Amino acid sequence: MGLLSKKDAKLITDPFADNNPITIQVLGICSALAITAELKASLVMSISVLFVLGVGNVVISLMRNIIPSKIRIIVQLIVVATLVIIVDLVLKAFAYELSKTLGAFIGLIITNCIIMGRFEAFALGNGPWRSFLDGIGNALGYGVILIIVGFFRELLGAGTLFGIPVLGDPIEKTGLYAYGYENNGFMLLAPMALIVVGIIIWVQRSRNKALIEEH
Amino acid sequence: MEHVELFFKSIFIDNMVFATFLGMCSYLAVSKKVSTAVGLGAAVIFVLAVTVPLNWLLDQYILKEGALTWLGPEYAEYDLSFLSFIMFIATIATMVQLVEIIVEKFSPSLYNSLGIFLPLIAVNCAILGGSLFMQSREIATLGLALNYGIGSGIGWFLAIVAIAAIREKIRYSSVPPALRGLGITFIVTGLMAIGFMSFGGMLTGGDDAKKEEKKEVVISEPVKEEVKELQKEEDTKEIAENTKEIE
Repeated sequence: MGLLSKKDAKLITDPFADNNPITIQVLGICSALAITAELKASLVMSISVLFVLGVGNVVISLMRNIIPSKIRIIVQLIVVATLVIIVDLVLKAFAYELSKTLGAFIGLIITNCIIMGRFEAFALGNGPWRSFLDGIGNALGYGVILIIVGFFRELLGAGTLFGIPVLGDPIEKTGLYAYGYENNGFMLLAPMALIVVGIIIWVQRSRNKALIEEH
Repeated sequence: MEHVELFFKSIFIDNMVFATFLGMCSYLAVSKKVSTAVGLGAAVIFVLAVTVPLNWLLDQYILKEGALTWLGPEYAEYDLSFLSFIMFIATIATMVQLVEIIVEKFSPSLYNSLGIFLPLIAVNCAILGGSLFMQSREIATLGLALNYGIGSGIGWFLAIVAIAAIREKIRYSSVPPALRGLGITFIVTGLMAIGFMSFGGMLTGGDDAKKEEKKEVVISEPVKEEVKELQKEEDTKEIAENTKEIE
């Protein structure tokens, strides 16, 4: 970390655990839950958010002194919408199948509260470099949760990772399936995403008592 | 019939919160008390009912491929759908602002109950999601779009009021400390979503009948085992596909 001062490094490492955007700040839940049935989709979503949040934070931070505070929400929305259109078009060009799966959820990055939340809370009051680091840090914290949820849902639900079977072949009964293991198709359904995130929150808060809520 | 079907489908089967996870942020943040939940829910119904039809018109007459034909035949080739995100969100932001001003002017009492929630709603994913799903599901007429907007609004309203009521009660039970607050809310929402999945059968009665016919084809004993296995495979595949569709 020779490049970054201690304070700057904290901007990146904090959102991983103690200030995680999903489990602590409760931002950006919608997409985290909706697209995590597959690891691949989770990964692409994380990268998209990383791009939008990193670049968006810098843009907003550069403009922070000229944005009139009354119309700042609209300005922020326009900046995000533009970046999201770029992401959407890139995905359509290079990963068409995936962009079909993600569908409306790429568009919903615009209203992903994580983005507006970081713009409001950080980029409007800090310089471009620190805002960039904050954006990257938060997007990574968001991505970590997405990938954990996607990992468990795809592994337990379909027995695959990135679409590659890892537990053997369920039809020919090889690998784990030879011992009577069955895929839990329920994990692929929407409600399990909520429960998996709930369990992640449980584990995290049991490890760090300071995060426990009063009620 | 089409209207009734879409209405119930958007409330129960494609429920915004439980099936597509839209508007989760405000759903989690503003669900501590029933009274505030009712206020926000009502505001969401209202804004969805305004913005979905409006964005439908926008999509139909400006953004879609060939939508500009009404300007003249030479415009038939234009496809502005890549602009839909920015147009939709701009419409929503302006509409919310406009609605706020109008409500403040004409009905101060309604403004007092809805007012503080309206700005919150501009960035609620449920609103933009409503418009985007309206676009991707290719809703055919303006009437259906209005219907869809109101229906999904009511679905969201139901969800937030239900979770708020549960959270008010849950305060008196002994939840493990680490699960208190956010954690338990997630898990309860998950359980509610499982409950709402049972509505999925409401409109698919026809499909089930077909499935049973398939099962009767089974011929002899030894083959039966294999067929069962295959059917299981098919079932899991079907479930996977269904979830994809839902998502």
